Amino acid sequence: MIISRAQIDSVANLQSNIYLLKAYSPDLVRKSYPGQFVNIKVTDGYFPLLRRPFSICDVEGDYVYFMFNIHGQGTKFLSTKAKGEPIDLLGPLGHGFEVDGNYDNAIIMGGGLGAAPFPFLTKHLSNKNIITLIGGRNKNDVITYGMKNVHTCTDDGSLGLKGNVLDLLKSIFPDVTGKSRIFACGPTPMLKALQSFVKETNIECQMATECAMACGFGICQGCPIESSHDHETYKLVCKDGPVFNAEDIIL
Amino acid sequence: MIPDLSVSIGKLKLKNPVILASGTVGYGNEISEFTDLSKIGAIVTKSVSLKQRKGNPPQRIVETPAGMLNAIGLANVGVEKFIEEKIPFLEKVNSTVICNIAAGSIEEYVQCVKILDHQEVIKGFEINVSCPNVKEGGLIFGNDIEAVRKITDRTRNATEKPLIIKLSPNTSDIKLFAQAAKSAGADAVSAINTLVGTSFNINTRKPKLQNITGGLSGPAIKPVALVKVLEISRNVDIPIIGIGGIMNWEDAVEFMIAGASAIQIGTVNFINPNAGMEILDGLTDFCTKMNISKIASLTASYQL
Repeated sequence: MIISRAQIDSVANLQSNIYLLKAYSPDLVRKSYPGQFVNIKVTDGYFPLLRRPFSICDVEGDYVYFMFNIHGQGTKFLSTKAKGEPIDLLGPLGHGFEVDGNYDNAIIMGGGLGAAPFPFLTKHLSNKNIITLIGGRNKNDVITYGMKNVHTCTDDGSLGLKGNVLDLLKSIFPDVTGKSRIFACGPTPMLKALQSFVKETNIECQMATECAMACGFGICQGCPIESSHDHETYKLVCKDGPVFNAEDIIL
Repeated sequence: MIPDLSVSIGKLKLKNPVILASGTVGYGNEISEFTDLSKIGAIVTKSVSLKQRKGNPPQRIVETPAGMLNAIGLANVGVEKFIEEKIPFLEKVNSTVICNIAAGSIEEYVQCVKILDHQEVIKGFEINVSCPNVKEGGLIFGNDIEAVRKITDRTRNATEKPLIIKLSPNTSDIKLFAQAAKSAGADAVSAINTLVGTSFNINTRKPKLQNITGGLSGPAIKPVALVKVLEISRNVDIPIIGIGGIMNWEDAVEFMIAGASAIQIGTVNFINPNAGMEILDGLTDFCTKMNISKIASLTASYQL
């Protein structure tokens, strides 16, 4: 991990409230892996005080991409950044997705902005049969940027299947042959539902979790997550995660 | 002229006044990837208690205007694992280590100090009195002057090493607590620990912190911390380690002027884990420019 004073190349408005920030940072790009994140200082001063964690959306050449929506003060600042402005990136942080292994199908599942790490992940899964399942509340929420073989669903039925990503998985799963591994990222209720599904069906599953945090690398101890194996101590989302095997954590 | 940055906090001699605060640097290993721990004045370990503590469930952190609330709940590995797993690293990095102790009873404070006193690498103890007293229904030791006096006295008898009492600002008159620590044998006090605060989610009407309350830190508390340091400095003859919202070298100088012999940086480490080295460079430049040959001469140099 490093602190990189990177330069912004562009901030694009992908769709409704979804933005894509592109920054030049060869050092960071070289060390990054899908599912890892970067803690970004959004201004030069101390307002807002803390960095904000963003998963690495993609890398391309010497450029790194971050996907975000305007959620509060920090992301509002980010959305107004212009080409050439500096940006302070601390990363790459945490453990990402484990793509190696003996399986045929990579099933990528995302809800809302949970799709953020998937363009980068998709690139690392080129030798697998990729099936991507993306859901959102309505069609404006569904992000398919940089993904392959995408099936969609929405809570209101405005795009794809009417239902959630787990419904979508259940609808396509009978037709999937071979061994599968699921890569998931999204809101906790989605991950929780998926966790019980993979437990029953015995499918390998890795999930990217999130938690409010300050430092992003283990010193503040601000982001505990319950372990399924050791109840005496928490794991940390930033350092032990953010990606965990579904059976290793209690959500 | 190269200014002399060394300082003395009672019998504790440091190569410079910049100390990394407890709970903001873990046990040193993570932050050492960003900063040179051998060049920093000292590091204070995360609070160690007799037994491992799991700490509070999430959410533990809330950002506030120019600050943050934390309710970590003294999560730590416990004395035994601290010695086995963490001390070897601290020995290796050649840093001056101050060990912070948290406990739920006076006996636990004493036992921790006794066990850790043999560790060569530990050059002093900082006692976190802002812990709930388990036997007294969870009342905070640090808010009870008699408890602070007793803890100081009993831990004093358990070690010859420098003993620092970390004072809580959540009291009516901090100088009385500093006086109690001094008369019971403390070498120094650090001031201040975090201010108690809370924050609500207006949609759910629930507190954002699972623990309901947390400790406020960051630039928001700096003026409060400064005045507490000043109050102690004007009333009690004891070395003070100033702490509370220090983000840069200017803040560090301000604390020294207000009475601090050394300073601790905490929250800033989360944002800029190399802040200590940058503050050190800033202090060197400041002393050179102002013709200050010994930085220790800044301490309590206020012109009121």
